[in-house]
Amino acid sequence: MSSANEHDAQASHHGANAAYYALRSEALVALCVEKGIFTAEELEATGNALDARSPKDGARVVARAWVDPEFKKRLIGVPEFAIQELGYSLHEVVTRLAVLENTDLVHHVAVCTLCSCYPRSILGRPPDWYKGFAYRSRVVGSPRSVMREFGFEPDKSVEVRVMDSTADLRYLILPKRPANTEHMTEEELAELVTQESMIGVTGALEPKPAPAAD
Amino acid sequence: MRKVHDLGGLPTDQPIDRTEHEMEAWERRVDSLNSILGEKGFKKTDELRRAIESLGPEQYLTLSYYERFTAAYEALLVERGVMTTEEIDRKMSELERERG
Amino acid sequence: MGTAGGDAEPVRYQPGDRVQVRVGLPPHHIRTPAYIQGKTGQVETLCGVFPNPESLAYGGSGLPKQPLYRVQFDQTEVWESYHGSAIDQLLIDIYQHWLEPAAD
Repeated sequence: MSSANEHDAQASHHGANAAYYALRSEALVALCVEKGIFTAEELEATGNALDARSPKDGARVVARAWVDPEFKKRLIGVPEFAIQELGYSLHEVVTRLAVLENTDLVHHVAVCTLCSCYPRSILGRPPDWYKGFAYRSRVVGSPRSVMREFGFEPDKSVEVRVMDSTADLRYLILPKRPANTEHMTEEELAELVTQESMIGVTGALEPKPAPAAD
Repeated sequence: MRKVHDLGGLPTDQPIDRTEHEMEAWERRVDSLNSILGEKGFKKTDELRRAIESLGPEQYLTLSYYERFTAAYEALLVERGVMTTEEIDRKMSELERERG
Repeated sequence: MGTAGGDAEPVRYQPGDRVQVRVGLPPHHIRTPAYIQGKTGQVETLCGVFPNPESLAYGGSGLPKQPLYRVQFDQTEVWESYHGSAIDQLLIDIYQHWLEPAAD
């Protein structure tokens, strides 16, 4: 029996029960406010803070690591402090961040098979597919098959390492800097860094060719 | 025999569905609820995980991500004595009436 | 008694040690997935010593704290038929009370 063959409804909001849960959650929040657990303003501020984070933030960190080798060392060694240099910090009370570098020899990919642990403080909310049953079931035993679906196929000589975040450590994958990017600014480099590449199901995007000399 | 949420390595050929659904306002609110209750020290991540896992196979497999969170938070808030099921039911009816 | 005088279990393993993951399906919350149970790997890192999630999940103190290790496994050890590369690895964070010294 495989529960993962069920319709992947868990990621979609089109559950038959959505209207019920929408109202139910509104009731929970209203009661929390009435009982002084938090104010409506605090809740809204929390939502805004969560909205403010996206893969663009992780991409900035990666691009900085690509251009600045000393920063990269700090990022890998003491990630929670290094990200503060770019204005980021870990919000969660007990979680830790680990930054894993992909190289010509090793390619990391992260998952949380048991739930949906994800480095939200630096990447924002996880994509639906990351939280879905298919990814959580398949990537630990068939990482290359999953990557192939994303259009990425590392050579057999590259060691693929799956990281299952079972404790409070969150993994940020530092993708390999693509070749032929020497001409690019840090901002342009950040545009090559996708959400998928920081989870590890793909590498970074390839650059557009350098402009030809006139 | 494993627990329903313990998905690693389950045999499946199901392709990865890469459609991203737009978060509904209520889902964003549940996401914020999750974050603020952690910030306030009201709940530990471990308690939430346990509450979600305790929903049982039928709910776990049929509810969407934020529906599971809502059901788990209801259980946690009631367990903690912050509110009762009756209060939640009453508030729900009240909100429904307000919507007309 | 290892915890006399402290609120943490003493650290038993070092990076490089071969360890085997215990097998179990207790009714309470655990963070050791079924797929890794019974498998043998190698300690890659001591992540630190943390409160036990199995206790925290029920409002407990989480004591005694447990050493947490990142343990590395050959994918070919974990899965009966692994179709990737023979050098592929799987790494997972496991609490000490789920580990035993490897039989090999």
